[in-house]
Amino acid sequence: MKTTPIWGAATALALTLSSCSAAVDTTTVTVITHDAWAMSTDAITAFEEESGYTLEFLAPGDAGTLVSQLILTADNPLGDVVYGVDNTFASRATNAGIFEPYESETEGTFADVGGFPGLTAIDYSYVCINADTGYFTSHDVPLPRSLEDLTKPEYAGLLSVTNPATSSPGLAFLLATVASQGDEWPAYWEALVANEVRVTSSWSETYFTDFSAPNYGGDYPLVLSYASSPPFEVIDGEATTVALLDTCFTQVEYAGVLAGTDNPDGAQAVIDWMRSQEFQQELPTQMYVYPISRDVDLPEEWASHAPAPTAPFTLDPQVIDENRADLIARWNSIVLD
Amino acid sequence: MQKVSPLRVAPRAVWWGVASIPLGFLAIYVAWPSAALLWRAMFGDALADTASTLSARTLGEVTATTLGLATAGTITALLCGLAAAWALYRLRWPGAGFVRILLSIPFALPTIVVAIAYSRLIAPDGLLSATGSLAPWIAIAAALAVFNVAVVMRVVGGAWAALDPALVNVARTLGASRFQAWWHVTMPALRPAIAGAAALVFLFCSTSFAIVLVLGGTRISTLETEIWFQVNIWLDLRAAALLAVVQIVTVVGAVLVSSHVRKRSERKVSTLTSEGTRPAQPRDTVMVALALLPALVLVLAPTVALIEGAFTGPSGWTLAYVSGLISSEIPAGLSVPIWQATLHSLEAAALATAIAVPLGLALAWSTAHSRKPATLEAVVLMPVGVSAVIVGLGLLLTLASGAWGPGWADPRWLIPAAQAVIALPLVARSVTPTLRRISPQIRASAATLGAGPWAQWKEIDWPAARRPLAASVGLAAAVSLGEFGATAFLARPDHPTLPTVVFRMLSRPGAESLGTAFAATLLLAVVTGIAIAIGEMIRGRTRSDI
Repeated sequence: MKTTPIWGAATALALTLSSCSAAVDTTTVTVITHDAWAMSTDAITAFEEESGYTLEFLAPGDAGTLVSQLILTADNPLGDVVYGVDNTFASRATNAGIFEPYESETEGTFADVGGFPGLTAIDYSYVCINADTGYFTSHDVPLPRSLEDLTKPEYAGLLSVTNPATSSPGLAFLLATVASQGDEWPAYWEALVANEVRVTSSWSETYFTDFSAPNYGGDYPLVLSYASSPPFEVIDGEATTVALLDTCFTQVEYAGVLAGTDNPDGAQAVIDWMRSQEFQQELPTQMYVYPISRDVDLPEEWASHAPAPTAPFTLDPQVIDENRADLIARWNSIVLD
Repeated sequence: MQKVSPLRVAPRAVWWGVASIPLGFLAIYVAWPSAALLWRAMFGDALADTASTLSARTLGEVTATTLGLATAGTITALLCGLAAAWALYRLRWPGAGFVRILLSIPFALPTIVVAIAYSRLIAPDGLLSATGSLAPWIAIAAALAVFNVAVVMRVVGGAWAALDPALVNVARTLGASRFQAWWHVTMPALRPAIAGAAALVFLFCSTSFAIVLVLGGTRISTLETEIWFQVNIWLDLRAAALLAVVQIVTVVGAVLVSSHVRKRSERKVSTLTSEGTRPAQPRDTVMVALALLPALVLVLAPTVALIEGAFTGPSGWTLAYVSGLISSEIPAGLSVPIWQATLHSLEAAALATAIAVPLGLALAWSTAHSRKPATLEAVVLMPVGVSAVIVGLGLLLTLASGAWGPGWADPRWLIPAAQAVIALPLVARSVTPTLRRISPQIRASAATLGAGPWAQWKEIDWPAARRPLAASVGLAAAVSLGEFGATAFLARPDHPTLPTVVFRMLSRPGAESLGTAFAATLLLAVVTGIAIAIGEMIRGRTRSDI
C-alpha cells in the first residue's frame, strides 16, 4: 500500500510520520471486497500457507459503494487487489483508471458470461423474479413467465422489487427491463406501477418481509431475488419457490489489481487463487453465486433447484455506465414521484 | 439559589491542558476527515457522471423533511423519555433498574432490524395501515424515538435524581399545587438537561439513515439519505458536500437554540449533590404505570417482533437459531463462529468506552469551565450531527489510507476510535449539566481556602460528576456495540462484529439466515443489557458514598 499523503494542509506532519513507516511490505496483501464477501478460513489459510502471503480484508460497502470509494481513494489506494466490482459498475471503475490491467490466465474451463478488459471474472449470478409456487397453485393462477406477464391484471399487487438506487439487484432488474423493452422501458414501468408494484429499499426487506413463501409469510408471491434462491426454500425435500427464468439479468463479479499497489505480484497471486478450484468450489455456499469455473460441481440442491436461465438479459457494461445515472433518475420520476 | 454569570476559576493553562485532549481527538477523527472530504469535493476533480441531480427544489425539500422528521422524533422521544425519567430516576422501586436497562437496549440495536420490525406495522394489514399515506411518517417518527428514549431518560434522569426535593417541598408548603410546583420549580431546574438531551436527540434523528430508507419506502429523502445517494450513486461529491454543509448548519442551529434555552434557565445551586430520589409509595403505582406506558409500548413493539423471529422457524417454535449462537459451527457466509463475533464486538466496545468516558468527562469539565460554552457544545455535537457517510469516507481518505502511517490505519484501533467519537457526546452531555449547576462561589471559596485546580476537581466536581458519568458508561458501551455508520466503511469481513453478522445474515436467503439474524440481534440486545447493567451497578455504588 502506498503511504504518500495527499492532503496539502497535513502534508508536512504526515510526511514525517509516513516516511518513518514507508518500508514496503510485500508479504501482506490487502484485499478490498464488497460487504457480502465470505470465504472459509480453511481456504484462506491454505492459500496463505502455500503462497507465503498474508491476506488482510477490508469491506467498505456494497458493490456500488465499493466502486465510489475506490475512485475517491485512487490517489492513495486502500489495498492491493479488489474483488466484487460487477458489470453494472465496472466501467465507472475502469474509466476512472483505478486498475492496473491484469487478466488471470489460469488453466481450466470457464463460463463465458461476459469478460471485461483489464479485469478477471470470478463468479456470476442471475437476478430473477422468484415466485411462491404455493400461492399460484392454491389461487389457480398460472405462474407468470415473462416480464410482460408481470403487467397483466391477474398479477396486480403481487410483485415486490427493490429500488435500483439503493439495491444492486434492483439496478440489475431495471437493466433487465431496459434490455428487454429497449426505449419503451419507461412505459413498461408505468404499467408495473399501474399494476401496483411495491418498491422497497433493500433485498432483505423484499425477500424476508414481503415474500409470501412458507418460510417468511409476507404478502407478495412475486419478489425480486436470484436464480440461486430457491434451493434455500426447499422444505422436506420439496421446492416451495421457483425463479422465473425468462426475467433474469446476468451479474458478473470481477477482481482487479488496484493501480498504485506496491505489491502487484501479491495482488495477481490473489486473483489467480480466486480462479482456482479450491476457491471456486466454495463460492456457492459462501457467497451464493455461480462459480465461473466449469470444473467444479455445484451443490446438489443447486443442481436440482437452481437451473440457470438459457437466455438471460445482458447489457454492455459501457452502455450501462453511460446510462446508469439517467436510468435511475428517470426511474425515480416514473415510480416514486 | 441565585443566578450568577459563569466565572472561570481554572487557570488558562490547566483548562487548555484538559480541553486539548478531547478536542484533539475530535479534530483527528471527525474534523480532519470531514474537512479533507469537503476539500476534495470542492477543489478536487469533479467525478460525477452527469450534471448534478441536486436542484434547489430538492435541497429545500430534503432539508424541510429532515427538520420535520427530526422534530417529530425528538418530541416523541422527549414526551416518552421525560415521563420514564420521572418514574425510573425520581422514584425507587424494585424492578426500576430492570426497566431502565430494558428501555436503553434499543439504542444498540442495528437500525435496519428495528426498521424491519416496524415495517410490519405499516404493511397493508399492519397496525398503522389505517392512517394511510401518513403511515410511513408516523412509523419513522416512532422508530426514531425508540432509539432515543434512552438518551432523554438517561440525560434528564441523571439530573432529576440529583435535584434537591426540598425546593418542591418548599413550593408545596407555600401553597403551590403539584402541577404548579412541577412547572415552576422542577421544570426550570431540569431545563438545561432537557435542552441538552433534546439537541442530542434532534441530531441523532436528523442523521438517521436506515430507518428513513426502509420505512420511507425510499420515497422519503432526508439530508442523510440524499448524501448517501449523491456519493454512492451519482458520485457527485460537490452535491454531497453542499448537503453536508446544510447539515452542519442545522447542527449549529440546534445547538444555538439548545444553549439559548439553557442559558435562560440555568441557575446555580450551592449544594454539591443531593439525593433526589424517594421510595415509591403504593399510591404512585398508577402514575408510574402511566408514565412508563408510552416508552414501553414504543420499545416493546420491535422487541416482541425480534424475540418472535429468533424463536420461530418454518415449522413453529425452535431453539435452533439461539443455540446456533454458542455453537462452534461457522454459519455459511461468515468466517468465524458467532460467539467469536460477539467477542470482537465486546473488545471494540470496551476499548471505545474506555476512550469515550475519560475524554467525555474532560470535555464536560472543559465546557463547564469555559467562557464560551456554546461553541464548545457545538464542537461536542459535531460527531453526531455530521453525516456518517462524510466522516466514514473522510476516514477512508485520511487515516485508513495510511496518511499517517499504518499504525493509525490499523482497524483494531481505528474502529473503536470511530465508535468512541459517537459515544463521546453522550458522555459529555450527561455530565455537563451537573457540573454547570455548581455555583462559582463554591469554587471561589475553595480557591480562597487554598484549593488548587486539582483539589477543587477532587472535592467539588468529581463527587458531582460521578453519578451522571456512571449512568453514561452503559450508554457509551451501548452505542459502541451497535454503531454501524462510519465504521461500516472500515468493516473487516474476516473480523466480523455482531452488527456485521446481522447485516450479513440479512443478505442471504433462507429461513435459517433470517432466524440467525434475529437471534444475533437478540444476543446483541442481551449483551447491551449486561453492559448497561454494569454501568448501573457502578452508579448504584457511587450513590452510597456521596
